[in-house]
Amino acid sequence: MSGSIGRETARVDGPVKVTGAARYSAEFPMPGLAHAQIVGARVAAGRIAAIDTAAAERAAGVAAVLTHRDLPEVAHVPLVPSLMGGPAPGETFFPMQDGTVHYAGQPIAIVVADTLEQAQHAATLVRTEYAEAPSVTTIEQGRRDAYEPEKIFGGFMPAQLRRGDVEGGMAAADVRVDAAFRFAANHHNALEMLTTTAVWDGDRLTLHDSCQGIKAVQLTVAALLGLSPSRIRVLTRFVGGAFGSKAMVWPHVALTALAARHVRRPVRLVVAREQMFTSCGHREEQEQRVRLGARRDGALTAIRHHKISLTSPFDDWAEPAFGAASQLYAAPAFEGVHRLVRGNTMTPTFTRGPGEAAGVFSLECAMDELACELGADPVELRLRNLTDVDPNTGHPWSSGGLAECLRLGAERFGWAGRDPAPGARREGNQLIGTGMSAAAYPVAFFMRTQRARARLYSDGTAVVSTAAQEFGTGMTTVLTQVAADGLGVDLRDVRLDFGDTDLPTAGSPVGSNGAMMVSAAVHNAATALRDQLIAMAVVDPDSPLHGAHPADVTVTGGRLALSGGAGESYQDLMERHRANDAEAIGSWDPPPLDTPYGLLTFGAQFAEVAVDADLGLVRVRRMTGVFAPGRVLNPMTARSQLMGGMLWGMSQALLEGTRMDARLGRWANASLGDYLVPVNADAPDVDVALIEVDDPVTGPLGVKGVGEIGQVGSAAAIANAVHHATGHRVRELPITVEQLLPHLPVPAAARSATGRPAPPATG
Amino acid sequence: MGTDIKAPPVTGAGARTITLTVNGRERGLRVEPRVSLLDALREHLGLTGSKKGCDQGACGACTVWVDGRRVLACLTLAVTCQGREVTTIEGLGDGDDLHPMQAAFVAHDALQCGYCTPGQIMSAVALLREGHAADDAEIAEWMSGNLCRCAAYPNIRAAIREVRDAAGGA
Amino acid sequence: MRPFGYARVADADTAIATVREHPGGAFLAGGTTEVDLVRQNVLRPDLLVDINDLPLAGIEDRPDGGLRIGALARMSDVAEAAGVADRFPMLAQALLLGASAQLRNMASMGGNLCQRVRCGYFRDATSPCNKRDPGSGCAAIDGFHRGHAVLGTSDQCIAVHPSDAAVALVALDAMVRTRGPGGERSIAIDDFFLLPGDTPDRERALEHGELITAIEVPAVPVARRSVYVKVRDRASYEFALASVAAAIHVQDGAIADVRLALGGVATKPWRARAAERSLLGGPATPDAFAEAAGRELAAAVPRPLNAYKVELARRTIVRALTALAEDGR
Repeated sequence: MSGSIGRETARVDGPVKVTGAARYSAEFPMPGLAHAQIVGARVAAGRIAAIDTAAAERAAGVAAVLTHRDLPEVAHVPLVPSLMGGPAPGETFFPMQDGTVHYAGQPIAIVVADTLEQAQHAATLVRTEYAEAPSVTTIEQGRRDAYEPEKIFGGFMPAQLRRGDVEGGMAAADVRVDAAFRFAANHHNALEMLTTTAVWDGDRLTLHDSCQGIKAVQLTVAALLGLSPSRIRVLTRFVGGAFGSKAMVWPHVALTALAARHVRRPVRLVVAREQMFTSCGHREEQEQRVRLGARRDGALTAIRHHKISLTSPFDDWAEPAFGAASQLYAAPAFEGVHRLVRGNTMTPTFTRGPGEAAGVFSLECAMDELACELGADPVELRLRNLTDVDPNTGHPWSSGGLAECLRLGAERFGWAGRDPAPGARREGNQLIGTGMSAAAYPVAFFMRTQRARARLYSDGTAVVSTAAQEFGTGMTTVLTQVAADGLGVDLRDVRLDFGDTDLPTAGSPVGSNGAMMVSAAVHNAATALRDQLIAMAVVDPDSPLHGAHPADVTVTGGRLALSGGAGESYQDLMERHRANDAEAIGSWDPPPLDTPYGLLTFGAQFAEVAVDADLGLVRVRRMTGVFAPGRVLNPMTARSQLMGGMLWGMSQALLEGTRMDARLGRWANASLGDYLVPVNADAPDVDVALIEVDDPVTGPLGVKGVGEIGQVGSAAAIANAVHHATGHRVRELPITVEQLLPHLPVPAAARSATGRPAPPATG
Repeated sequence: MGTDIKAPPVTGAGARTITLTVNGRERGLRVEPRVSLLDALREHLGLTGSKKGCDQGACGACTVWVDGRRVLACLTLAVTCQGREVTTIEGLGDGDDLHPMQAAFVAHDALQCGYCTPGQIMSAVALLREGHAADDAEIAEWMSGNLCRCAAYPNIRAAIREVRDAAGGA
Repeated sequence: MRPFGYARVADADTAIATVREHPGGAFLAGGTTEVDLVRQNVLRPDLLVDINDLPLAGIEDRPDGGLRIGALARMSDVAEAAGVADRFPMLAQALLLGASAQLRNMASMGGNLCQRVRCGYFRDATSPCNKRDPGSGCAAIDGFHRGHAVLGTSDQCIAVHPSDAAVALVALDAMVRTRGPGGERSIAIDDFFLLPGDTPDRERALEHGELITAIEVPAVPVARRSVYVKVRDRASYEFALASVAAAIHVQDGAIADVRLALGGVATKPWRARAAERSLLGGPATPDAFAEAAGRELAAAVPRPLNAYKVELARRTIVRALTALAEDGR
């Protein structure tokens, strides 16, 4: 198919975004709008002994102050990932139903006032007394009470996984590696804060909500409030970043709707930045331990992968440590176990590269240690252990590409000839090291039916619509490309209508599935409409295509033609039939869950770091990532997303960590000044390459997605490079100066003046 | 000292009418002293191109120009801008034509979710005027007050380089 | 944000008298700290007196080699002023490394000296904090204090002073010129910043209604070759984990003059006098630098999460002095 797909295509939403014209959820003016502010619990556990709202209610402009005493009962809705297509609350707990406090920051009151400033001020006037109870907010505090849940990840995944004889595999190993890793909690910190604007018209509710799935918002609010989904319309086109934080539907959405119903006015809530740390989940604090057994030739004989992490009082949530990590290599034996500690935090949630960002990190750092133990090249060690089938099921990969990614990545990065000795390369004050990692991220088929509608006007232009929203992935651009090619028209003749639950249903594009599932529906709608018009032409005696076999007719640039050249335009055909427009619905259902294929997207990551030999500062100098995401709909936006993911991995490795003050039970660095995300000066140039692989399983276009895979393995490549630079293994993320300082070479003061590298300390 | 001073022009906490020159137009609005320039633009003047990412001066999404200098609108009180010239992303282009920096951001895919983008562009255009875009390291340092959570940073640098070079050097 | 009144004044006397008459009054200059903390409900002024129209923005090279910086000069303008970059590179560098370009355009030099600490427990308006709420305790001492001070601490407060520029100014023996109800005065910058002691709520030797009018930097020939080294997790736009303002002059193999001050590790911009004494007259060698750094940091009071700062500060001092010594060779 020639046309738009696969072509570097600038974002269709670029112009409205660079001019400031794109409207996000807080940016719809409406008469009578009131502003809400949430008051969060100050303590991590206990109950509200007294709450005094009088001063807040008296404050200028205040319309209402709602607490658990005022809020109606909402329904209990189970936690099911939004990818499943149904109601998807981020936690089963709904606040302000009684006076119990389960975590600091939990909403205990909502203030509504005429202006934002009035609401913010009145929120500070709510006086609360707590009967405080002891809290657990770190793994350490609750380790003794850890338990093995049955399922994790919103019921998505079993908590344990076993294949083969692990004891035997370990016993048969010539070399063993045992590495334990600690991960600080992470917060997404999308730049647009959670925002909901709620407008009631009788019993009908309209929401503008900063979310990853408008259908999920519609269904969740309907379920919580006992409304029919047909009464709720969600209008969201642009979302200022999400990264998993807006995949689930958090309590503030329904709270805003309830507040608006109470004050009988439109209400807008923008969750304050510090409240974002207790309002939309997080990547949980976790520890992982990976044990590898291998023969002298590098072949893995067994893998043990254990994880312990902190969850909420009400949900068994852990991001899976060994999704891809159990599938990457052909080890005959595998044992994976998740253990949980109940703590006083909100329920953790999807965070970019959920599960694999940490799980593959642990595996791939352990593989680097194994390579060092064996004296093997890290790339060769991976290649030695590749598998053509999913080792958990024996099914072949729907499409592969890992070996190609590893080889091309090594070539682009200049891996060949690398001196494996740690601490061998020094430039001035900087110790230079390189590292690599394999990457993989699952493709999941949990979604429900996806739909789209294509309408062609008789002037040859089209409107294609689907109830998706754009949160930066470039989905609206690739959908426009897919629609253009499906219809056989030019890109500029297609307008995508999106961001409205009244449009044909699309699911939440999460877990890198957006491009695959929504583009499949759009493709099917567009080709259905094209086929309908071809069918019209071939039976029309006045058409030059009369009598042709429909399969022989192609459409390009809005012109239907046989390969010989005879043909006519959509315009001529439709005008002759006095059709103002033509329309088709397309739908797509995912393959069954037991589809006999292994489903992973593969990639390879390479990084070069400079570690300040005296100060311990780590800076990433360059990164190369090669990925095989099936078919690439738009190399430009795909590369951008992959680059963003790789830099998220850099940030996971070196910067990001939310620190719990266990005495107070609160996050201690809940701001963008204190929770560090990368700035421009942190980001090196990033080399991204794409390898297209044919995938017959993942939808009609064979797309696998690029949202998460860029982050997977990126942190591991950096951590392995830090070891290569310094000789020290840091097994805690983020890697900070205090972890490296004690292990750096002898300080400058004692160094010889010749500038010769000092021998590395061993870790 | 202090006895011969004229009565200080203290005003209360209530709303007052101020006049701002925004994108070359005089705009009257009623605001309390506590209203930030950012909220005045977004909530009172309907200019929602300037974004609120933290309201704490930590992200740069609210970057606008006051009297031609890039500043953070979230830490600027609107009342202090009386008589000053405010320029926002909405005032950057020329009619329907994109400013070269806006066009370069699109061409280099220097944006994803787009939420930081107006602030990035207001900073980027100011940066070229400030003359601190000699090389990538300098661009990166002088653009580090604008967080991009999507991490489009390398592409942002590419867009700035293009406009710099088209304009004939730093 | 709580409501407050606002007055925009055109002359210093009116500004001073207006703040003076209002116990809850405060000057408003760049606002980068003040507006933030008022919104956080940490500062609770009932009147802000906007002094930005006052004619205090000049930057003046003194014929004697000194510098006079008007209190309302913006960080960006001072950093770019030719006289600053030539004569006091450590100050220009500290200013450029001290904040983002936008904040540098906003923040005034007087305001920079008045900026408040970045301690999360101070900023959250909720936790115990002797600085915000005297007598309520210090949540940082046994809390998350990775970024906190190891020098100049007390059992009441360990918040680190956030300014970079002030570190350079302390190294340069700047004078803070003020005007208040009692007239004008000059305060040595080292005396301007107060240690927390038992009164961590008092951070500066300023009375209510006393206005900083200028910062005067004397001629400091040694500062012509000086450096500001800032160590932070992020490559930019972050407060220091440790920083060093250093100047050194070596003559006939011996250190003839030296200036050294530390940031990011102390409760006030920290003049490293013990280290300076150790260095004067001695050789400009890494060993001597390390020895001097050790002497300065002998007084450090590390805690579990910030103990690394002692070693980091030591190494940063050595780095800064080594760079200067090598550069001058």
